[in-house]
Amino acid sequence: MRNPLSKTIVTIEPSGIRKFFDIVSEMKDAISLGVGEPDFDTPWKVRDEAIYSLERGRTFYTSNAGLKELKVEIANYLYRRFDLEYDYAKEMLVTVGGSEAIDIALRTMLDPGDEVLIPQPSYVSYLPCTVLAGGTPVVIDLKEENQFRLTAEELEAAITDKTKILILPFPNNPTGAVMEKADLEAIAKVVEKHDLFVLSDEIYAELTYLDNHVSFASLPGMKERTVLINGFSKSHAMTGWRLGYACAPAEIIEQMLKIHQYAIMCAPTTSQYAAVEAVKNCDEEVAQMREEYNARRRYLMHRFREMGLQCFEPFGAFYVFPSIQEFGMTSEEFATEFLNRKKVAVVPGTAFGDCGEGFLRISYAYSLDNLKEALDRMEEFVLELRQERSEK
Amino acid sequence: MREKILSYIETNSRVDLHDLAVMLGTDEVTVMNELEAMEQEHIICGYHTLINWEKAGIEKVTALIEVRVTPQRGMGFDKVAERIYNYPEVDSVYLISGGFDFMVTLEGKTLRDISEFVSDKLSPLDSVLSTKTNFILKKYKDHGTVMAEQRKDERELVSL
Repeated sequence: MRNPLSKTIVTIEPSGIRKFFDIVSEMKDAISLGVGEPDFDTPWKVRDEAIYSLERGRTFYTSNAGLKELKVEIANYLYRRFDLEYDYAKEMLVTVGGSEAIDIALRTMLDPGDEVLIPQPSYVSYLPCTVLAGGTPVVIDLKEENQFRLTAEELEAAITDKTKILILPFPNNPTGAVMEKADLEAIAKVVEKHDLFVLSDEIYAELTYLDNHVSFASLPGMKERTVLINGFSKSHAMTGWRLGYACAPAEIIEQMLKIHQYAIMCAPTTSQYAAVEAVKNCDEEVAQMREEYNARRRYLMHRFREMGLQCFEPFGAFYVFPSIQEFGMTSEEFATEFLNRKKVAVVPGTAFGDCGEGFLRISYAYSLDNLKEALDRMEEFVLELRQERSEK
Repeated sequence: MREKILSYIETNSRVDLHDLAVMLGTDEVTVMNELEAMEQEHIICGYHTLINWEKAGIEKVTALIEVRVTPQRGMGFDKVAERIYNYPEVDSVYLISGGFDFMVTLEGKTLRDISEFVSDKLSPLDSVLSTKTNFILKKYKDHGTVMAEQRKDERELVSL
């Protein structure tokens, strides 16, 4: 029999997070700080709208690009929150989560040999999606000394005459890093100079703790060069609804829509009706969740300081990214040992790129009680490790 | 700062002061001073405990009593309210807009405790015109808290 598999697919690694967490599910009374999704329920009024739409029998497909009512409200929301002006009819596509948008944007824009700049540590799907779209991923290693922000120098150094797209994953999973307006302006200059396009994954835009998030597309001249990706999963605690969107110049959206209509048809109808309520009437609920995440973030940073564990202060998403370099272990060794001895699961930084070595991703999408218990165990573990090292 | 402290302790008055200060991005002394001041000013009126008595196996009867009264000259409803809320067995007294004047809540061990209070104490008051007693059959949610079992974390493992 012939090999049923494509040569490309077998080169792609399964996600490192998955591998690690299969062990956790077997372990009794293990606490996890690994989950990358909100611990809040979707606001009730959003769920209520979904139920209502089902009662009304709205179980049909929507138009391929998404429900008009939803797109109008998304456009209002983007203007209200991030000063962005998009034409809902031509420059917007409702997708199955931000993930689908990432995939089809890359497939729409890449030809074989085109290079895609991927700052790491970052979300696990940019690299495989680039490969599957026939592009060539080029990784930019972000540095803790820059608070894991992308600098114009780092960007310049990675550009070749084949570079077509820069991925901008901020606020960032796994580091929690944000890019402030001045940081983005420096990037925008380089983007303009080298005629690049930007895929700006702003799925954590609502979760920033310094200032309001600045969207890359809102900078002068950048809207024409940007595919903006956002969604409801993180901001409105709606991960399971699988709903995101892409905003981009009409000529890009028009082509993305082809892949979307042939592969997906349309995003889930019930989710779209629910999302109308989310995007229209839930600013307050979003603010409350942000406030609660921020309280936990402060708590974690405080505990790390008390432990003497090095950690740059992140101002976005719901992750902290402490360094474990003082222990002379790899991230995976540390995480495995921590899990075995103290039954706490954290994700090794290397799951998000090789430059995540020496770091851990800790999610604070957990209740304070849960965080407290886990941090107590972490403190014990860190003290034990220091003791053992001094005895050697 | 006050509003933040209050909205936090409203659902968890036993939070560690040190932790609370950290979470609000301030120091312990500030939080403590604010708490003390708010106790003095009677903004914070107590640190009560929300109890599921049913689960504790202890029988309690709660009644919501709608009361119609004649307000007193020069004193409005306040004087009448005072006559009612001075009874220690009364839990709360609210002035209500709509078809009646006061909502009085009352907790007793038995139905009889409640009916005795209504017939012996509340109804005979001069200003009380009528009462209507509603008994609570089941408490689903109280003070923003659902009384049923706490839910487990059901999030599954995904690759992100």
